[in-house]
Amino acid sequence: MSFVIENDFIQGLYLTFGVTLIDITTKIAGMILKNPTMLASGIMDEDAGSMKRIIECDAGAIVTKSIGLNAREGYPNPTVIELDYGILNAMGLPNPGIEQYRQEIGQLKNSKTPVIGSIYGANAKEFIELGEKMEDYGASALELNLSCPHAKSYGLEVGCDPKLVQEISSSVKERVSIPVFVKLSPNVTNIVKIAKAAEDGNADAIVAINTVKGMKIDLELGKPILSNKIGGYSGKAIKPIGMRCVYEIAKNIDIPIIGVGGVTTGEDAMEYFMAGASAVQIGSGVYYRGLDVFKKVCVEIEQLMKAYGYKNLTEIIGVTHK
Amino acid sequence: MNVPKITKIIENKREARNIITITFRYPEEIVPGQFFMIWIPDVDEIPMSVSYINGDIKAITFRKVGDATSALYKLKPGDKIGIRGPYGNGFKMHGKHILFVGSGTGVAMLAPAVEEAVKNRISSTVVIGAKNKSELFFEKRLKKCGARVVISTDDGSAGCKGFASDVAKRILKKEKINTVLTCGPEVMMKILLDCCKNIPFQASLERYMKCSIGICGQCCIGKGLRVCIDGPVFDGKTLKKVEDFGVFRRDSAGRKIQF
Ligand SMILES: Cc1cc2nc3c(=O)[nH]c(=O)nc-3n(C[C@H](O)[C@H](O)[C@H](O)COP(=O)(O)OP(=O)(O)OC[C@H]3O[C@@H](n4cnc5c(N)ncnc54)[C@H](O)[C@@H]3O)c2cc1C
Ligand SMILES: Cc1cc2nc3c(=O)[nH]c(=O)nc-3n(C[C@H](O)[C@H](O)[C@H](O)COP(=O)(O)O)c2cc1C
Ligand code: FES
Repeated sequence: MSFVIENDFIQGLYLTFGVTLIDITTKIAGMILKNPTMLASGIMDEDAGSMKRIIECDAGAIVTKSIGLNAREGYPNPTVIELDYGILNAMGLPNPGIEQYRQEIGQLKNSKTPVIGSIYGANAKEFIELGEKMEDYGASALELNLSCPHAKSYGLEVGCDPKLVQEISSSVKERVSIPVFVKLSPNVTNIVKIAKAAEDGNADAIVAINTVKGMKIDLELGKPILSNKIGGYSGKAIKPIGMRCVYEIAKNIDIPIIGVGGVTTGEDAMEYFMAGASAVQIGSGVYYRGLDVFKKVCVEIEQLMKAYGYKNLTEIIGVTHK
Repeated sequence: MNVPKITKIIENKREARNIITITFRYPEEIVPGQFFMIWIPDVDEIPMSVSYINGDIKAITFRKVGDATSALYKLKPGDKIGIRGPYGNGFKMHGKHILFVGSGTGVAMLAPAVEEAVKNRISSTVVIGAKNKSELFFEKRLKKCGARVVISTDDGSAGCKGFASDVAKRILKKEKINTVLTCGPEVMMKILLDCCKNIPFQASLERYMKCSIGICGQCCIGKGLRVCIDGPVFDGKTLKKVEDFGVFRRDSAGRKIQF
């Protein structure tokens, strides 16, 4: 108790002298984020208007929907259902194609909030073309989707092979000058191996995790509900899985990590920082806590930092490994 | 949980050419203007507004336009469909005299709103617009509930010749209307909004929907307004700021398509 009071007292003093006690800015590959909450790919990010709204909700950065070379309609509905402890989706990578997406990203060119272009391709050549275009449109960084669990010949089908991951990362790195992040799937035997391959391919950061493969069956019809039958599970239920992945990756590689999977509160974010993440992404949390989830999580992070006596995120990131 | 619940079709009733009503048991509370996601197993899942609210019994009324609606059209009483929802916000009904303007299948979702307005002793005038006489529906139902009904058809085969918005314009000039509620082709609704000037206005919009729980971003208009959660009913003040309104929608890949 006295600890909290003392902290309040110090905070008061700091406020009087115009200094903030708690700093939640974070740095990833030279990019400075005003706060460590980012919008995860595939949530409210198909058009410029939606992304503008999320920027106004104070996200520290935005990741676009995963964009490919050509337009894709995705799978027929049902594509998203909400279960007891998480959300199951098999969207099937719908997107208007990189050429059409230019007008969306173009509208965000002057945004102070970094916009990270997520891209998916079947091979290095496709990733290079997409990456160069995203950079040209004004993206602040790239996120290579090597992890979508339910699209044939894309995502995880590319991202479970360490050789391909290294080749794609290094060939994109050679051709663009913005930072390159690699997003990984938990649906592999050894995620550390894949993360290492990305690091060896000179990736600037790892994003972990994408959704966990899952399924839901309707008893009365005896049929899976999603049209694709198998989907990816996200939200509260997958937080321990994401946490384990971030922890294992952080133990074995040196580049920064962005933690994703089940973040809905400041407590979740703090756990990810401790496991080794420099920032977190929030997807399903938008459903659980509304669009102002970013603001709410930031306030909660500040409260927790105050309660535990931290002044900035660098003191927290990776503490479990010290 | 947002998973489809299986229910059996109780009745299917023809309303007009290619338009039917399907009745089923679905005990969730719903307000006029809200919608369901209707799962037709092995085919698709599509948004459909509620067209009848009668305790636990609800219905949808729709036109056969493509794969999913054709499959739904063929189903018989006893066949199973999955339903989740209700979703969206619904209409807010204020004032002494409401003008309802429905065109095409838009009339389906206005009907329960009209019935509720009449029940709350609000004078209700309904303009029903259709291409021609064979596509008209709900005229009798709405007259019977106590609303004043005015018909318009594009070809003049029933009621006044012209668009529903033309008829509405004439009514707005002559009568004191407190609120205008509309559902129909977006270009028509936009014309109507422009005629409404200071009269409170609400329109129900349609956009391609996938999740209907506000995360996938498929249905967004303007500056990130989600038709599935923030809508489908939007007021005039909001719509005046939405540059897409009456101009374009996005297909399931997110490509813009002009109206
Ligand atoms: C909130 C809402 C309420 C609706 N209420 C009604 C109603 O009460 N009565 C009625 O007749 N129609 C209604 N519709 C329209 C109805 O959803 C479409 O007619 C239906 O989805 C067509 O599917 P299809 O496979 O038969 O046609 P398709 O050939 O697939 O498409 C025909 C048209 O329907 C649109 N469509 C297809 N799938 C979807 C989808 N998942 N979401 C939105 N649009 C889609 C397409 O963009 C296209 O313009 C509503 C739409 C929305 C968004
Ligand atoms: C509806 C939906 C669509 C998604 N689309 C993408 C996508 O296009 N690309 C991608 O890399 N991840 C996609 N994801 C995965 C998320 O970015 C995120 O990795 C995952 O949902 C776990 O985070 P969460 O628990 O905060 O949702 C999607 C997730 C959902 C729920
Ligand atoms: S349908 Fe997914 S956000 Fe509205």
